[in-house]
Amino acid sequence: MSIELRHVSKRFGGVEAVSDVSFSMKDGELVALLGPSGCGKTTALRMIAGLEMPTAGDIYIRGQRVNDLSVQKRNVGFVFQAYALFKNMSVFHNIAFGLKVKKWKRGAIEERVSELVMLLDLCGLEKRFPHQLSGGQRQRVALARALAPNPTVLLLDEPFAAVDAKIRQELREWLVHLQYDLKLTALFVTHDQEEAMEIADRIVIFSHGRVEQIGTPREVYESPATEFVARFIGVMNVLDVEVRGGVGRAGELEFPAHGHGEGERFRIGFRPYAVSISSDPSALRYRAVVRHTYFLGVMMRVELELPSGQTIRARVTKEDYARLGLADDREVSFQLREYRLLASEGGLLEPEVAVAREMPPMLGEGI
Amino acid sequence: MTSARHRERHAASDRSTREPPFIKWTLITVALTFAGLFLLLPLLNVFVQAVSKGWVFYWKSIADPDTQSAIRLTLLIAGITVPLNMAFGLVAAWAIAKFDFPGKALLLTFIDLPFSVSPVVTGLMLVLLFGAQGLLGPWLQEHDVKIIFAVPGMVLATLFVTFPFVARELIPIMQAQGTEQEQAAMTLGAGGWRTFWTVTLPSVKWGLLYGVILCNARALGEFGAVSVVSGHITGLTDTLPLRVEKLYHEFDSAAPFAVASLLALLALLTLVLKTLLEWKTHRQHAKGQQRGAEPAALNSEPGSDTAHFIRPSL
Amino acid sequence: MTEKRFNPLPGFRLTLGLSVFYLSAIVLIPIAALFIKALDVSWADFWRLAFNARALAAYKLTFGASLVAALANAVFGTLLAWVLVRYRFPGRRLIDALVDFPFALPTAVAGLTLASLFSENGWLGRFLVPYGIRGAFTPLGVVIALTFVGLPFAVRTLQPVLENFDRGVEEAAATLGAGRLRTFLTVIAPTLVPTIVTGFALAFARAIGEYGSIVFISGNVPYQTEIAPFLIVMRLEEYDYTGAMALAVVLMVCSFLLLAAINWLEHWASHFEKQ
Repeated sequence: MSIELRHVSKRFGGVEAVSDVSFSMKDGELVALLGPSGCGKTTALRMIAGLEMPTAGDIYIRGQRVNDLSVQKRNVGFVFQAYALFKNMSVFHNIAFGLKVKKWKRGAIEERVSELVMLLDLCGLEKRFPHQLSGGQRQRVALARALAPNPTVLLLDEPFAAVDAKIRQELREWLVHLQYDLKLTALFVTHDQEEAMEIADRIVIFSHGRVEQIGTPREVYESPATEFVARFIGVMNVLDVEVRGGVGRAGELEFPAHGHGEGERFRIGFRPYAVSISSDPSALRYRAVVRHTYFLGVMMRVELELPSGQTIRARVTKEDYARLGLADDREVSFQLREYRLLASEGGLLEPEVAVAREMPPMLGEGI
Repeated sequence: MTSARHRERHAASDRSTREPPFIKWTLITVALTFAGLFLLLPLLNVFVQAVSKGWVFYWKSIADPDTQSAIRLTLLIAGITVPLNMAFGLVAAWAIAKFDFPGKALLLTFIDLPFSVSPVVTGLMLVLLFGAQGLLGPWLQEHDVKIIFAVPGMVLATLFVTFPFVARELIPIMQAQGTEQEQAAMTLGAGGWRTFWTVTLPSVKWGLLYGVILCNARALGEFGAVSVVSGHITGLTDTLPLRVEKLYHEFDSAAPFAVASLLALLALLTLVLKTLLEWKTHRQHAKGQQRGAEPAALNSEPGSDTAHFIRPSL
Repeated sequence: MTEKRFNPLPGFRLTLGLSVFYLSAIVLIPIAALFIKALDVSWADFWRLAFNARALAAYKLTFGASLVAALANAVFGTLLAWVLVRYRFPGRRLIDALVDFPFALPTAVAGLTLASLFSENGWLGRFLVPYGIRGAFTPLGVVIALTFVGLPFAVRTLQPVLENFDRGVEEAAATLGAGRLRTFLTVIAPTLVPTIVTGFALAFARAIGEYGSIVFISGNVPYQTEIAPFLIVMRLEEYDYTGAMALAVVLMVCSFLLLAAINWLEHWASHFEKQ
């Protein structure tokens, strides 16, 4: 285990920023701490670095408990959101700083810095000062500076938030390649679910200071453990269902009662890809009108409006969209292929109902 | 500019990025001793000396007719100069902050000029312009207009030394706010005046007030420039600071302090108002930052919409 | 006038015209008067009036004392700004507000109270005078008064820069293993230098022109404790307008040079502040 947090909590004044968080990561893993603003993910990262002290719980780096170890001695590399470059120092001296502190020999420092300069494509910029660099270059210098002393683990706090979209994509690829080539253990904080899905081996999802779910990108997308995760990762239609006449109803949509009594309510969710659409208005179970179409590249998202005014979101490929002759205001029919039961108050789902369900044949009439 | 949230982060920051307590408290002790000796002690001394001969003497010094006339003259001069410079500040800030034109940098430098001129030199310049030997002297004498050694000269001297205060305060604030709000008002059909009164003025009101407070403090307390052009005619051209000097030269131990205590009270009032204004604009700013959501580090740009830490002017 | 971009806001001509008119009437014409009058004086006369022994002694005191006071302010002002921004302690807000006190207090009152504090019977003088430290009616008194009036400049110039100082930079140094002293010396201090120098220059510029507070504390003895602005007043009282004018021109030229230096310094500092 490279890093392990055991029941870690942090209070600021009366506010619990992180409560009872436990997770661990293996050597060579790239893990994302993902969550909305102010959910405690940055605080967790800063506690690992030693920039904040936990109120309770223990932090281990390579099996050693580091709670009482000062930030200077933890040997972590930290990349700050706003770069935090030393503006009075050139690129060379920024990268060399940690090595000088660790009393490396001058020759070794020069060798190591030029190695990193090559690695991060900063050749020719060694003598420049931070204000003479572009945003992407600055962040690469920050990365090189953090990597120079061979840290046990690389910690990145929203590392790509301050640069524009194109550079962000480039930097993500840098990070993935570096992590692979150098067999780095890296933990990064982000509020961008796409970024986490794209580059992380595993994702730790935070909400209100707690861990909601830990898993691979695929796991958290396909089997969200909580309604929060379901809504935060990707798009999810969430419906309030009430049992009437032995059938769960949400507007026109009908579901099995799942053991709920008459008048009881429960929640279900389904992803846009789980909606089948037919261009024949009476071919499938529910009738609807296409309200809006969103172009997403390969995929198209359509908003379907049922006669009651209820809307759901569905996803079709560009080819299917054309084949079905879909267009705004077009009448169509649709049905659901699968859905999930969500626990009522957004808490944890019962594991056995968290798996996707086939629609029972009795409700899925007519194809 | 530090938001409350930023502060919290400072306070919460871990010990490894702070100084050891021993060093921290040594620095605090040295700084507090210095501030106590250099700031607090002189202030207390004014009031203690003022009443050193008892309250009766204190009231007598203040009720003295010459002191009373000095109070009236001081207030008169401030009453004329502050509104004039306030109007100038608004007019100049509008031209400079809302428009681009060649020579803007030069104009800004000229507005700053009075800060770098010694008050005594200011007085001398007015004497050289309006005095009996001055450039306009003969013409003024011919028309029997008296400026030097009279109230108009003192007003002009005060106008000169307090000239930049309001403008310097408003220009950066107005510049930071840009012209979008005014343009929005105009697309909604508001005319120039209406836009100014309903959009521009309300959004700079605290900065304006701040500038006026500083301007007023300087107008009430100006000594060098006014001294040169006043002629020191007791009961006629003595302001409060000049009265303090005159009493000091009469080797009275308490009377100058009694008059000085009035000015010190005004200085304290200025400080209180200034601090209140800073807190007010500070809080507004902090609120704005909280709304500004996520990246705290990115939001820590200096907020120029507030009148925090205006550097005192020369 | 070539307008690069169309600006729909009204009132440009009016406000610019009024500004220039008022600026000329109040500021530019009096300044011009000084230099126009100076043109009447022959170079030899000017030299004799502006650089005689008494004037030189006055410049020496003015600039020397201003320099010492500005240096003291650079040291204590930096310390005070650091303590006010970085630490929380009882009375912090009071001290923070009081930093502006020398600025809000009329200089005459400042001179009066400082002279009384450092005189033989004063609160400080009674402890200092027995040790030969005379703060009143000596060049030291001039330094004390100038330090007092210059203090807000040093503190208030540095304070906002310190408040905005990116804590991330210090944290970055710490994660790279640097201790507190090393971080201060190699990372924090170098970035603050331009601002401290700017504060120093502002305090210095303010000190050169100061008159009100000095009159009370220095004793104004020619060749010893007489500052240049006071000498101008003396000349005026002798109706020696030419003499006063020569001294004023020297002071003005020095102030303008300093103003240019300060503008350049501020440009440098703000350039430095930006990352």
